[in-house]
Amino acid sequence: MTPAVRRWVFLAGMAGLAAFYLWGLTGLPGFGNYPGPYGDIINRIAVAQTKATGVVSAVNFEYRGFDTLGEEFILFTAAIGTATVLRRLRGERERAARDEAMDRNVPPVSDAVRMVSLLLVGPTLLVGWYLASHAQTSPSGGFQGGVVLATSFILIYLAGEFLVFRRIGPVDVTDAVGAVGAGGFAALGVSAVAMGLPYLSNFLPLGSTPGAVSSSGTIALISFFVGIEVAAAFVLIVSELLDQTLFVRRESR
Amino acid sequence: MQFFPFVVVAWIVAAGLYGMVTSRHLVHQIVCLIVVQSSTYVLLLGVGYKRGAAAPYFSDIPVHTPAVDPVVQALALTDVVVEAAVTALLLAFAIQAHKRFGTLDPHELVQFKG
Repeated sequence: MTPAVRRWVFLAGMAGLAAFYLWGLTGLPGFGNYPGPYGDIINRIAVAQTKATGVVSAVNFEYRGFDTLGEEFILFTAAIGTATVLRRLRGERERAARDEAMDRNVPPVSDAVRMVSLLLVGPTLLVGWYLASHAQTSPSGGFQGGVVLATSFILIYLAGEFLVFRRIGPVDVTDAVGAVGAGGFAALGVSAVAMGLPYLSNFLPLGSTPGAVSSSGTIALISFFVGIEVAAAFVLIVSELLDQTLFVRRESR
Repeated sequence: MQFFPFVVVAWIVAAGLYGMVTSRHLVHQIVCLIVVQSSTYVLLLGVGYKRGAAAPYFSDIPVHTPAVDPVVQALALTDVVVEAAVTALLLAFAIQAHKRFGTLDPHELVQFKG
């Protein structure tokens, strides 16, 4: 199929899709007229039922906790898949990057970038930790916190310290931390079963004050496990991609 | 204006699909896939929006304040992170395709066999 034919086939298909879509829109309740009822019901009962004031986290880690477990494993599988696809192939070996064009004028990382990156490592780590451990109280949670935690590791790379980045985040360690995060979530579900409750039941004491850090039982704990899993997955992905750029070279002929 | 956000959704899908169909570079095609995928955020948040309602966080507002649907927000949230990881996997495939076949043009790649 030539590109021109392909484009016309696509445009014809899109025209049909657009017609059906616009027709379908006329049957929807308009924007802002939320028909409910699920969101309204959850908003009404979630705080009393889970003692979590962050209802989005309560939905994620309690009401649809089983779905989130599946989503977390998609993430886990994608990270493992990236590591597997980027393994060293036949005819490749690792060596330090050497500039192919030696006369190229590459400016070194400026002191300002190094300084700001290193200064931001601590605060970023703290914010990530805060987000991952406060899902029950405020707009935060393991997914956001994990990404911020991973960012603090990537800042170390940005400061030009790739070897330090590798030493504090070696693949074995990130793999193990990721496995603990993913497995911890699943294990919490199994613990509920061991106590004679349905899978992923909230079996920990909920606390009495809604929105306290110690409230909401397993919601906070699951969010924390998700946080370290997400952080480990992203550090693993980034270090695999950087390995490709910096170390893996085709065997010279 | 009542359906404007949903028209935006369709526009994002169409723009991303057009890019995927006409793409001449695998990385460009992956970015177009992300564009298509990002339409789901607009759709989810648009579906759950209630005019004049607060965010579904009751730490500093009374518990019975009307709030937007938290379920779609939870969906959008996991969506973002999973999408990023899946993108990394696709980019890893693109790297290996380039190593093996020396090209990232989808039209040329279909002629090769693994």
